[in-house]
This record gives sequence, structure tokens and C-alpha cells, in this order.
Amino acid sequence: MITGRPSHIAGSYDLVVSGGGPAGMAAAIGARKAGAGKVLIADRESQAGGILWQCIHTGFGLHHFKEDLTGPEYAQRYLEQVLDNGIDILSDALVADIDRGRRIKLMSADHGIHVVEARSVVLAMGSRERTRGAIRIPGDRPSGVLTAGLAQKFVNIKGYLPGRRVVILGSGDIGLIMARRLTLEGVEVEGVYEIMPHANGLTRNVVQCLHDFDIPLHLSHTVVHIEGRERLRKVTVAPVDDDLEPVMAKCRDIPCDTLLLSIGLIPENELSRQLNLRLDAVTGGPVVDSSMETSMDGVFACGNVVHIHDLVDFVSQESVLAGGSAGDFVGGRRRPADNIRLIPGDNVAYCVPHTISSNREHTVYLRVRRPVEKCQVRLGDVYTKKLRYVFPAEMVNLKVRPRFLADFSGDALRVNVEAR
Amino acid sequence: MAGEERVFHYLCIDCPLGCRLEVTDDEAKAIVEIRGFTCKKGKVYGAQEHTDPRRMVTTTVAAEGGVVARLPVRTSASVPRDRVLEVCRALSGVTVAAPVAIGQVIVTDVANTGADIVATRDLPVA
Repeated sequence: MITGRPSHIAGSYDLVVSGGGPAGMAAAIGARKAGAGKVLIADRESQAGGILWQCIHTGFGLHHFKEDLTGPEYAQRYLEQVLDNGIDILSDALVADIDRGRRIKLMSADHGIHVVEARSVVLAMGSRERTRGAIRIPGDRPSGVLTAGLAQKFVNIKGYLPGRRVVILGSGDIGLIMARRLTLEGVEVEGVYEIMPHANGLTRNVVQCLHDFDIPLHLSHTVVHIEGRERLRKVTVAPVDDDLEPVMAKCRDIPCDTLLLSIGLIPENELSRQLNLRLDAVTGGPVVDSSMETSMDGVFACGNVVHIHDLVDFVSQESVLAGGSAGDFVGGRRRPADNIRLIPGDNVAYCVPHTISSNREHTVYLRVRRPVEKCQVRLGDVYTKKLRYVFPAEMVNLKVRPRFLADFSGDALRVNVEAR
Repeated sequence: MAGEERVFHYLCIDCPLGCRLEVTDDEAKAIVEIRGFTCKKGKVYGAQEHTDPRRMVTTTVAAEGGVVARLPVRTSASVPRDRVLEVCRALSGVTVAAPVAIGQVIVTDVANTGADIVATRDLPVA
């Protein structure tokens, strides 16, 4: 059985990690492997592992463990590695404040408030779901309107069903997964409504979560009104035109007691803002260099707090790098600063990291704005890589090797994704 | 042409391209032709999905005395797609008592599918 609560909090740590989800756990392990001594993870839940515990479906670990694991299996494997590496986990606790001297105010259910000194910090707070307020659906404010991830927690952890007849707005993966999950629990799912003309989740989930159970997916539709006094009674849906404006003449009412929202995630950056870190307006997360260091020395960031990932495997990969860099920082091994900025160009929403170095190998993650088949990603004039397809729902992963940059003497490269 | 040919449509799940597959079979349900795939994986998927579609089932069972109220579980092997709901119904009355260890078998041969139901996490006592 997994334990690991520290009996006391030390006055100083080589590394304090804020958040014990997949990013925080992988970062802590990466730091230990790079020589960091005392490492503490502060996590607000009673058991580290983050959102993985409630993601009971499979599809995790295909890249990292070469196995098709469920979320809890992935979490438990990681948690065991964390404890094997002698890392302390302070659960039921959170990082309330960090100052520019890397003094950290911890608030813990077991130990009260403590201020500790950290030689390095990893921000791994993850993300939050967008709520009704983010898209301003008009109407009443009854109970029964909740995010898909919260419904997932109710069903899979707490053992409550959120309702009897459900409408889902948004075709992100969590919404699709919940359509199947609720159906398996005997709840009627009336349909999934997606404002875009294409599904936002993986094809696998469209087939196995909707088609398998004859749940209709209504593309180019949105919810335009919510009605109910105490409890939700009905929602009104309407098709949208090319400008995504609802066509009210074609709206219709759907009786239901529950509306699930699966309309995107927002990086959780209260701490980053308190620290005045440079943030990227597109990702909503900190600007990071190729070692995942933020604009403040010794403060690193990884996972969904930096940019929203679609696969946990890449969170782990990015976070091991961030933690390793924190370990190097503590050991006094500073890499030379990056010398090349990456600029998102045609059909590229963002790139992470924001800068790279011409003398190391990097993995650059990027997200496109529009789907394209038979395309290529082009790094300035120095390198192109052919791709069969790109989709906004699937992050693009680009290996950049020093030899691509051997003859490049500039200080910025535009990254474009274009048709071949 | 001998016998009546029928066309079935599937959406390949192997990558985000989501190729629209057309599988033609004859009266004896033998596959005559698979079209619409852009790679070999699509052809294999189309044949599998047409002749014997299978799914892993992941769900939860009620738990007593543990740190959380539900224990996540999975089938030990994939089961025929049209038996997924039956598997879930067979679990509706199951309650386990903590502690439970990851990998522990909770139900053997669930709904006569040949697959076991296995815990996907440790569930310590609260």
C-alpha cells in the first residue's frame, strides 16, 4: 500500500514541487536522478496522482511504458517510483505563496503553515476546466450544470450519479469519455453538441464512446439557453453558421436534468502570476526555455500548467526534463543560455519551449490551428519534416537536432506548418 | 455475381485521420473487399471490427471501508463489443471491502465472457 507522508517539514529543500499530478511526480523523479537531495512534493489531494485517479479508462502509457494502462495504473506506477526515490509527499497541502527569494509558504492539514527555503522550484499545478462562465450561456442558474471532469470525479471516485438524462456540450476527450461512462452506469445521454464542424477529441473516443452506444454527435451546434428553477429542466440547442453564430430560427428544446461541459482547460497559474513570471498569451502558461526554466532563475514549470497536453506520456517526458534541469541548477551545473527563439508562424498556435540552443537536441511541442493532410513542418529554412496529417486536437512533436542548426547564425526561427 | 453482397461502414481509430472504411461481405459473411484505408493498419482494423469487434471494459465497483467509495476495475482481456453493457450490469451488485491490491481479481469469468474483473489500483483502508 502506498504511503509516504513526511513526519515533519524541513526548513529547506533542494527542490519543492507544487502539485503532485503526473507532471509533479515525474519532475521530482527527474530531479533526484540529476542529484537533488531533499525533494518535497506539495499536493492538495489526500493522495498524489492528480486527475489520473479518476481517468479509469485505458489509453495511458502507450509511449512511456509501451503498455495500454488505465489512469489509476499509470498513477500508481509513478507514485511507487516517487517513493522508491525517497521523495517526500506532503498531501492535503498546497503552496500558498512563493517569493522571489524562493521562500515557499506551505499550508498543510497536518502541519499548519510553514515557510521553507527552496533552492529550486517546479511549478506543476496542472489546469482547470473551463466553466459555463467562460462561454456565457444565457438563462437560469439551476443545479445540474457541471463540467465533465467534475462529473467524472462524482461517478468514479465519490460514487454519485450526476443525473438521469444528460446533454453534453463540447466534444473534447473528457466529454466523450463521460458519454460512455454515464451510459455504462445506466444514465441516458441524449447527445453531444459541438460548436466546431469537427470533433475535438480522438477518433478512437468518437467511435468507442459514441458510435458503440448510438449516441449522436451534433457538429456545428451549441447550447443557447438553460432553463430550470432549482434543477435543470431543459436546454435549448441551435445550429451555428460559418461565423459560429447560433441560428435561432432553427433552435429546439431538449428536456434534461444535467448539462455536462467539456469546453477546454485553462492552465492554473495563480502562483506564476504572483511571481510575475512571463506568460504566453496563447498557452496561458509561463514562457519556458529549453530546460523548462521560467523567466525566474531556479523556477521551472512543466505539464498542463505550461500548455495543455492531450497525452500524459508527453507530460511525463517534459516533466522529467524540467526536474532534471532543477537538479542540475541545484548542483551548480548551468547550461549555456539558449541562443534561438522559436516564433509560431503559419498555422502554428504556439511552440514549447519558447527558445532552444543550437548545441543540444530538443523536443519541440507545437499545436496547429487548422487540420491539414499531407503537410510539412518547417523550421525557418534549416529543416523540414513531412507529416501525413496534423490536427488541432493532437499535439505535434518535433525532434530538433544540433546538425539542423550547424550552419544557422540567426537568433530566431519561424515554425510553419504548411501543405506539401 | 454469386449471392447478395452487403456494404458496412467503419471509422478507423488507429490515427486521427479517421479513414472511412467500407467493408463488403457476401451472404456467408465472408469479407469480399475492404476499401477506404490509407495504410495497412486500416485494413486490419476494418477486418477485425467487421468480424469480431472487441473492447476492454473499464468501470468501477462499490467499495466499503476504503479511502474512496469506488474501486476502478478493468477486464483482464477484451470482450465482444455487444457484451460490454452486460458486463457492467453484472457488476452493479458487487461490493468489495478494503484493503484491495492492484491486480487483484474481483470477479472471475464475468458474465461468462471468459474475462476476469481486475482492480486497477490499491485501495487502502481509510
